[in-house]
Parts: sequence; C-alpha cells; structure tokens
Amino acid sequence: MGKLLEVNNLSISFTQYVQGLNRHDLKVISDLSLDIGESEIVAVLGSSGSGKSLLAHTILGILPYNAHVTGDVKFNGEILDQEKKEKIRGKEICLIPQSVNFLDPLMKVSQQAVGECKDDNERKEKKIRQREVFAKYGLDESVDDLYPFELSGGMARKVLLSTALLNDPDLLIADEPTPGLDSKSVEETIQDIRKLKDQGKGVLLITHEIDVALKTADRIAIFYSGYVIEINKVENFLNSDNLLHPYTKALVDALPHNGFKLTEGVQPLEEVSGCPYYENCPISSDKCANNKPELIEHDGAMIRCFNFNKAVSEEVVDEVVSEEVVDEVVSEGPVEESVSEEIAEEVNGEEANDGA
Amino acid sequence: MIKINSKKLAKFLGLKAVRLLILLIVIAAISFIMIQLSPIDPVRAYLGQRIVSQEQLAIMGEYWGTNLSLGERVMGWLSTLASGSMGFSLIYRVPVTEVIVQKFTASLTLMVSSWIISGIFGFLLGVLAGAKEGTWIDKVIKTYCYILQSSPTFWIGLVLLMVFSVYLGWFPIGLSVPIGQLSDTVTFWQWLHRLILPAFTLSIVGIASLTMYTRDKLISVKKSDYFLFAQARGESFWGIIKNHGIRNILIPAITIQFMSFNELFGGTILVEQVFAYPGIGQATVAAGLRSDVPLLLGIVIISTIFVFAGNLIADIIYQYVDPRLRGEDDD
Amino acid sequence: MTEAPWYNKGLFSSLNLRQKTLLTIGLTGLVLFVIFICGWLIDANLPTDFAMKMQAPSFSHPFGTDWMGRDMFIRTIKGLSLSIVIGIGASIISSFIATILAFVASVNKWFDEFVSWLIDLFASIPHILLIMMISIALGKGAFGVIMAVAFSHWVNLTRVLRAEVLQINTSEYVALSNRLGRSKLWIAKEHILPLVLSQIFVGTLLVFPHAIMHEASVTFLGFGLSPHEPAIGIILSESMSYLAMGAWWLAFFPGLALLIVVLLFDIIGDNLKRLLDPGEANN
Ligand SMILES: Nc1ncnc2c1ncn2[C@@H]1O[C@H](COP(=O)(O)OP(=O)(O)O)[C@@H](O)[C@H]1O
Ligand code: SF4
Ligand SMILES: [Mg+2]
Repeated sequence: MGKLLEVNNLSISFTQYVQGLNRHDLKVISDLSLDIGESEIVAVLGSSGSGKSLLAHTILGILPYNAHVTGDVKFNGEILDQEKKEKIRGKEICLIPQSVNFLDPLMKVSQQAVGECKDDNERKEKKIRQREVFAKYGLDESVDDLYPFELSGGMARKVLLSTALLNDPDLLIADEPTPGLDSKSVEETIQDIRKLKDQGKGVLLITHEIDVALKTADRIAIFYSGYVIEINKVENFLNSDNLLHPYTKALVDALPHNGFKLTEGVQPLEEVSGCPYYENCPISSDKCANNKPELIEHDGAMIRCFNFNKAVSEEVVDEVVSEEVVDEVVSEGPVEESVSEEIAEEVNGEEANDGA
Repeated sequence: MIKINSKKLAKFLGLKAVRLLILLIVIAAISFIMIQLSPIDPVRAYLGQRIVSQEQLAIMGEYWGTNLSLGERVMGWLSTLASGSMGFSLIYRVPVTEVIVQKFTASLTLMVSSWIISGIFGFLLGVLAGAKEGTWIDKVIKTYCYILQSSPTFWIGLVLLMVFSVYLGWFPIGLSVPIGQLSDTVTFWQWLHRLILPAFTLSIVGIASLTMYTRDKLISVKKSDYFLFAQARGESFWGIIKNHGIRNILIPAITIQFMSFNELFGGTILVEQVFAYPGIGQATVAAGLRSDVPLLLGIVIISTIFVFAGNLIADIIYQYVDPRLRGEDDD
Repeated sequence: MTEAPWYNKGLFSSLNLRQKTLLTIGLTGLVLFVIFICGWLIDANLPTDFAMKMQAPSFSHPFGTDWMGRDMFIRTIKGLSLSIVIGIGASIISSFIATILAFVASVNKWFDEFVSWLIDLFASIPHILLIMMISIALGKGAFGVIMAVAFSHWVNLTRVLRAEVLQINTSEYVALSNRLGRSKLWIAKEHILPLVLSQIFVGTLLVFPHAIMHEASVTFLGFGLSPHEPAIGIILSESMSYLAMGAWWLAFFPGLALLIVVLLFDIIGDNLKRLLDPGEANN
C-alpha cells in the first residue's frame, strides 16, 4: 500500500540580512522525514516558531521566495514539484489554516469559500455545495454574509474547516486548529478531525499542544530544534518506557505538572555540530557532541538518537567534552561574529556525518 | 451597500469643520505676519521699474498700511476676512475672490484631468510591478518612478515643451495671455490645445509616487496570510491579484491619491509657469513677485482649503468604506 | 534570492550585498564630492565670448554655450555645486528642527499635542507655496531659500523620531533613570540621543534630494536665489527665453545634471538606510 504523503529529508533555510547587511543563513527545518497513510492522523508536535507551519507551506508550495528547500515531498507515490503542487492544492490537499487572519478581511466568508469560478454555472454549483458543507458544521445562512472579523473563535474555526472540505480532499493539513478556543470548541474540533479519518482521509495535524495531539492523532512526530527526533504511535505516549528519545521521555514524564505545554526557549537556535539535544541529554556520550544522529527506524517507530536502546543508568556523562561544547555554544555572541564560526561548524558537522 | 451612520458622520464633519476654521485663522495670521516682516518693500516690488513721485509713494504706503503697527494690521486683515472679503487684487484690479474663482476654475480642469490620469495609470502600473516583483517589467517601472521622483517637475515640463512644441510643433509655446489680463478670449479648442501638454506633464510626474505606493502595498499583500491561503485553496495567481490584491489595495490607493492634493497644487504652480497656462499657479507667482499681498494671502487660504478637502475625503473613505471600521457605527 | 536594488545589480555581481552597498555609497559620494570641489574651484565670473554665443553642444563645449558665449558645462557644474551647498545647509537645519521638536514632544502630553498640531499645520499648506512665503519673509536669496526649505522639510523626520523617542521612553532603563531621579534632559542626552542618531543621519540624507529639487523650483519661479547667482534654477528660467529659438541644450543638460545629482543623493540615502535597517533587504 502506497503512502498518501511522504516527506523525505526536507530541510528549509532562509537567507537573511542583519544590520550592516551581513548575510546570515537561518536554518529552520533540518532533515525532516515523515509519512501519512489513508485514514491516518499524524500530529507534528513542536513549540511555536519551530517551523511547523513552514512544513505545511512546503507541501502546498507557498513558501516565501527567500526560503531555500532541499529534500522531496511525494503524494500518492509521485514527487511533487512546484507545478504539481499548484495543480493539486485546494483539490487533493487542503489546508485548514492557523487563524482567521488567513481569510481576506474585506471579503465575505462564503465568497471566499466558493473561491474563483470560471462562469456563473460553476459559481451556482459551488455555492450550493458551500451551503451544504457549512450547514453540516452548524453554520447557518447568516454566517455566509459575515466578514471574517465578525466571526467568533469557534465559528471561524468551523468556517476554515468547511472551506477546506469544500473540494473533498484526500489529505488535510490542519495548522494549529485549537489555540484560543474554549474547551468545548476544542473538543468539537478534535471530534471533527477524527471524523475526517473515519471518512478515509489523511490528516497532518500541526500543533504545539500535546494533549490535543494525544487525543487526536494516531502517530506523533516530535520536533526539536528543527529536527524530527522521534515518531511514535500514540499508545506509546501513555508510558514513557515505551518511548525512545530521552527528550520525549522527559516530556511525557513531565506532563501532569507542566500543563501539557511544550517548554519553549530551551532548544538551541544556532546550528550545533552534534546532536541538538546534547546539552540537556542525560544519556549523552562522546559521540553525540560532534556527530549528528540520523533518523532511523526501530520497531515501527522512527528515532534520532545514538543511545536510545541503552539503559539510562549505564551512561556516564563525559564532563570534559560537554564543557567544551558548552563553551562553544556560549561563545556565540552577536550574529556578525558568529557567521564564520557557524560555517566552520557546518563543515565540521558534514564531515562528521560522512564519517558516521 | 455601504450603510453610513449619518449621526456619526455629522459629528465627524462638525469636528473637522472646527479644525479647519482654527487652521485657517492661524495660517491666515501667520502668512500675513510673514509677508509683513519681509524686508522686500511691497511698494517698490509692486511698482517695479516705474518711476513715481514722493507723494504717490506716500499714498501707496498708506494703502499697504505701512504706517500701522503689526498687531493692528493683523487684526485688520483678519476682520476683513471674517466679513467674507479677501480684499482687492492689486495687479488684476478686481476683488481677490473674483480672480481666484476664475483662475482656480482654469487650474481645476488641469488638476482634475491629470489627477484622474495619474490615478488610473499609477494604480495599474503599481499593480503590474507589484505582481511581477523582481522581473524586468518591475524593474522598468521602478526605474521610471525613481527617475521621475528625482526630476524637478518644471524640467520635465521644459523637456516636453521642447519636444512637442518647439521640435514637433504640435502645441503652442504659450505666453499668449499676458500676466495681469483676466478675461480670456480663447476658444474651447484653443484652450484644450493648451491644456494637453501641461496636463500630460502633471500626469506623468504624479504617477510615480502612486505607482511606488501601490507596488509596495501589493507586495505586502502578497506576503499576507490570506494571500497564502487563497493560493493554498488553488486559486490562480492573477485571480488572487484581482479578487484579493486589488480588493485590499484599492481603498488605500484612492486614499493616497486624495492626500496628494498638496503635491498636485505645487506641481500646478510649476507647470503653469512653464507652459504659461493662465491659472492659479501663474497668479500665485505673479502675486508673489509683485507683492500683491491680498491675492497671495487669498491663494494661501484657498489652497489650504483645497489640501484640507483632499485629506478630509481620504479620511471619510478610509473610515466608511472598510467594513471593519464601518462596524463601529453603532456606538 | 534577495532582491538587490536595481542599481546594485549586474556590474558588481561577484560582491556580496554588504560590499556592493558600501561600494555604491562610496562611489556616489565620491562623484558628488568631485562635482562639489570642481564647482567650488570655478570662478563665479565666467569668461564671456560673444563670438562663441549660442553654440550647440560640441567637443569643446559639451553642453553648448549661452547667449554670452559662456560654457554651459562649467555653468552647470558651478550651479550643481551651489545646489549641493544649499541642499546640505537646508537638510542639516531641517534635521535639527526635527530633532528638537521630537524631544519637545516627548516632554509631556501637551507638548506632544502641540507638535502634532504643528505637523498638521505645516502639512496643510502646499509645499511650494510655503517655501515661497518663507523665502519672501526672509528676503529671498541663499539665506531665505535655505531657511524656507529647512522649515518645510522637517515634518517626516519629526514623525519618525517622535515615534522612536516615545518607544525608547517606555523602556526599562529610562524608567530606571527616572526612578534614580535623573533629569529629563540627562535622559534625553544620555539614553535617547545616541539611539536615534543613526535615524537622524539617514533622515538628513533623505531630505537632501527634496531640498535640492525644491531650491531649484523656487529659484526657477523667482523666489529663491537672485538672478546673478549661478544656480541651476536661474539657468533653467533663463533658458525659457531661448527655447522657442531651438536652443534646447540650455535647458536639457543643466536639468539632466540636476536630476543625476538628486538621484545620486537618493541612492546614498537608500543604501545607508538599508545598511542600518535591513528589514527591506530581507524581502
Ligand atoms: N520569510 C522568512 N524569512 C526568514 N525567516 C522566516 C521566514 N518565515 C519564517 N521564518 C522563520 O521560521 C520560523 C518558523 O516559523 P513557523 O513555521 O511559522 O513556526 P511554527 O508554525 O512552528 O510556529 C520562524 O521562527 C521564523 O524565524
Ligand atoms: S544522540 Fe546522544 S545527545 Fe542526542 S539524544 Fe541521543 S544520547 Fe542524547
Ligand atoms: Mg505556525
């Protein structure tokens, strides 16, 4: 059985200019791989600003011009180039966007849902279909003539969902569908997404709320510092012993008291030469400092860690090495100074990878 | 379609009227004082090279009020204004109001035609450049705008005059109506013939800033979330430009065009001077050079009202056409 | 894939954006400096040669000659040099006014209201008319024009600085200084001024082109420099009398030269702005 969507070794970086017009490359997503089958919900879980929306935008071919992308995206086994993405977006793959800001503020919502039409006939047909779908999600006719700013949070969510479903896509990408909603609307949204799965659709659920991911998804991909570090079945998240990556384990262990929120700001922003979790890792070894672990398959799950199958107690943290690396990371001062260092590090990292 | 809360509008207009009144009083007083403080002797400037006797000079001095104190003169001028009169023009020898009405009407044709032309073409060029950002079309349009924004309006006028009037001979060189002569005896066709080149100059100069504005606006719309989502819904590029791009930049562009009355008036002064077009611009220059103080002050007041009107219309459009702001009608 | 400004493309494509920007600034600055120095070295009383009057452009007189046989190229350079001096004077004074008003606005709500009102006031009279009036009030001439242009061009920079000062005023360390009992003047001098200095600098440069163009315009209309001054505005208004005779070079070249100088100042201003605040370069 072919996968509905496959993302292989996707990396996204941006070229930026900082004060003094010095060039600065910002790597947001590194070597991301992921797949989704029919009737499957895969959640991508990562903190805000970690590049989750960019993943969605890559699949739809709507990245900004200054984004540099490597890797590929396959849909039904076929590689999607820009031209194909433009052909199937809005038809076979639809986006449920992050907020009501994704609607034109000056156009009535039904008009936007109907979208572009070739002629009046098509417009009429689409209008009927739009009413059907809107009605199905409990949006009565008065909603059709509202402007986006007049929608309440829950209503906006339903409008965005119905808009995405108008063309009966095979794959839906839901980008943060729950923030800012009251708990009843969150519950409804989760149910709505689960129903899509029952209709045979694939869903890529993007979220930073771990409880939503747990309640909705079949599999969860964990994003850390631009890397996917683990992809595992949702059942395995019930007990951290079944998880593989030390970060995921820590995350799940901490669940009850951190309010199901991902901790922000602890992930290194600059490209490091070794494992991105090295600094915080309780089971790290020498190798982790300067080598990047690959994402490998293990027992039906995906894992990016050298030492995942070693027991924690066996590990001895090498003080000398870790101090060196801490120095290195700390010494990265203002961006201007760090550019050359960064290039040097990148080269190191590549060599190390080749060796591994 | 647009429902306007008339009570709110009335209140808005009332406040604006008060503002305008205060503005006019202050500007009238300040410009009067500025002229009075000028070391340029109004009597001499008025008489120019003519030779007159001491007695005549004294009479003229009294006419200009040089023997009164500054405060008295300011109050005198303001009270004349309050009575609805702007005094007599010294060079045209008729009431200032009459000169302004006639000259301003002539200029209005010039200004309105070039305002509309530059509005339409400026907007279209801006949309084209913005949609095609980074391509050669965009670069050509941007270069054109850069160059026009850096060239003095009157020089563009001179170049066009040289090409179309002197070299090609398609249009008159102007200078047919001497300064100081009010009544025109030209026919409609003669007048239209004289209008084309100045209006053309004013249009191509006026296009630049609107084009750049529209272009930048469209580029920021192209980066907006709703533009992305429209793309994600599978709409075509030009469809999105038409349905969402233009929808979102048209109002700001119209607003900007109304706010450009200031530059429009300035451009008119220069262009009329180059083409000897008998309008308010020429009258301004004549009044300034020959110290026709009542006329000059009258023109300052009229042009202030003109600029204010443009900004007011821009304000109204901005507040009453956008549904998000219209939504606040009820409070 | 960053979009460089049109004048930064092509020729120097092997350099990075920073180098290109610095090079552009350096080269344009050099050209303007050379024009200025040349004009300054030229004697104001050009030799007249009535045998050579009204010559069309040629190798010996690239811009032609006028009705007194003076070389138009030399007159133009002299005029540009004068324009640059007046432009510099007017921009500096206008930035000075803008800075003072921005700080005045930051004192309290009333002063802020007053400055806003002043901005409205100056924005509601057509620019040229305002410059004419101020110039008349000050008796025309170089002084009149410089002041007139300065007093009509402070508005934009004041708006920018006012917002900036307002923002800095709400920052932590200003609040701390307030609590420590520092005077407002001390805070303005020690905390705020250093932070807005680059904006003042760029603002001054951005006023240049406008100042030069407006000086030429009012001079052309007869409200600026006096007719025996070697200004571009004077040259162009004189040329009006000879246009009908076909002496196109009298108007074409001096105006073109002025356009180029204005464009060069524009380029320096834009590039510097981008260097200090790369927001736009990222798009
Ligand atoms: N056009 C761009 N130029 C530079 N950086 C960008 C651009 N767009 C996004 N980014 C960077 O990518 C990061 C990820 O953005 P996003 O995908 O929206 O995160 P998320 O959806 O996970 O909250 C942001 O932190 C931002 O720094
Ligand atoms: S690779 Fe090493 S540092 Fe990274 S998570 Fe695994 S053990 Fe820890
Ligand atoms: Mg996001």
